[in-house]
Amino acid sequence: MAQDHIVKSFDDELAKLTQAIAQMGGLAEAQLEASIQALTRHDPEYAASIVKADKRIDELEYQVGNLAVRMLALRQPMASDLREVVAALKISSDLERIGDYATNIAKRAIALVEAPTISTLYVIPRMAQLVQTLIKDVLDAYVAHDADRAMAAWQRDEEVDAMYTSLFRELLTYMMEDPRNIGPCTHLMFIAKNIERMGDHATNVAELVYFLVHGHALDQTRPKGDTTNVVVAPRAQTSAHE
Amino acid sequence: MAAIETLVPPAKVAAAGAGSPVTVEARDVNVYYGEKQALKQVDLDVRRHEVTALIGPSGCGKSTFLRCINRMNDVIEGCRVTGRISLDGEDIYDSDLDVVALRARVGMVFQKPNPFPKSVYDNVAYGPRIHGMAANRGELDEIVANSLERAGLLKEVRDRLNDPGTGLSGGQQQRLCIARAIAVNPEVILMDEPCSALDPIATARIEELIDEIRANYTIVIVTHSMQQAARVSQRTAFFHLGELVEAGDTPEIFTSPRDRRTHGYITGRFG
Repeated sequence: MAQDHIVKSFDDELAKLTQAIAQMGGLAEAQLEASIQALTRHDPEYAASIVKADKRIDELEYQVGNLAVRMLALRQPMASDLREVVAALKISSDLERIGDYATNIAKRAIALVEAPTISTLYVIPRMAQLVQTLIKDVLDAYVAHDADRAMAAWQRDEEVDAMYTSLFRELLTYMMEDPRNIGPCTHLMFIAKNIERMGDHATNVAELVYFLVHGHALDQTRPKGDTTNVVVAPRAQTSAHE
Repeated sequence: MAAIETLVPPAKVAAAGAGSPVTVEARDVNVYYGEKQALKQVDLDVRRHEVTALIGPSGCGKSTFLRCINRMNDVIEGCRVTGRISLDGEDIYDSDLDVVALRARVGMVFQKPNPFPKSVYDNVAYGPRIHGMAANRGELDEIVANSLERAGLLKEVRDRLNDPGTGLSGGQQQRLCIARAIAVNPEVILMDEPCSALDPIATARIEELIDEIRANYTIVIVTHSMQQAARVSQRTAFFHLGELVEAGDTPEIFTSPRDRRTHGYITGRFG
């Protein structure tokens, strides 16, 4: 909002809220990037440090929650101010979840250290890169109150879903080819799923930015490219009964 | 009707639309105090059995508008009202209209509780007496008890009906004033900041009372507390510099007002 409040400390508190969210977003983004590096570099120590660093995001979520509740109780915000506080509360829980998924990737990276390298691994960093951009874009849109920018990111999540579906099929094939691949491929499947879920949380944030700016919820359904719910394993060449 | 509505900017008209029928209809209302114009072309519909809150900074015209509805402005020297205000379709500024009868149909509760220096009983019985509403003492007793009951006060004053009304607590006095307004069976009750002199508990009681009695009355309330407007009303009208800036459903006004000025006022950004 261009115009300041008569009570200046209200503006200070709103600014604090936005800063905490921006900081959380920056950390979540960095955690995602680091977890993928730990995975591709087979670096368990680095992965362990990522697991530890998640605490900082949790602390910030707690701070945002406290500040938001305090503002609701003491300031009784109205209209756009109310949306600002409600959106911050919800965005912080989306970002906290993104942090948790990054932690989970780091843990799986530790489990995968001894596993043979799967040739499709390059798709995962690409997917992660795309989701990282989405997170960055929706957060920039949040700080700038730019609903159009948020919506552009919202649309792009479809690409993440499509990548996830194709990776899902590929990993299934590897598992069928050689049962020794099942362990590492399952971890990779979960990692890919984690990244896909992070993308979904980024779209939640985009929808909240839309709500924040326009004062009403987005009434469109997001195009979805994740069709893994209908993917079945390719039919095996030989069957026990044939 | 439709033709009138298209002539008026949508933001200014709390158009009846769906919902309750309109009890008070104001069209193109201008009020002047001498040279000074206090209200400018106000169009507002007050719906039946709803609470309409009038909000806005001091001097915005909300109390002036409230006082137009029962012609309280008539007693202010140099005050001139133009335009049309109707109650159930009847022009209340018609020269043939009996103002005393109008004020029985449109009751009023003021900022400071102002019971008469009489007993609790006589405070409530005053209106029914002058309007000849009771044929005998029994009927009058019934009206008094009924009004005190509706105002949520009977239990507290049952044994003190002959004590002076001014001896009650502030909150009780205000409920006594509401009982007094109710006693003449009005259609509309106007309230001018009815809680501003009360503590939070007494305020909550009045707000609860407003919510209960709106089943039988149409209420227009002027309040400086936006939280109060949000809590008690179904419709809110925002006034600024004599203009009705925006009127609409209360949840809409307080979550996504259409006008920049309304937004500025309710979020505490008013320049």
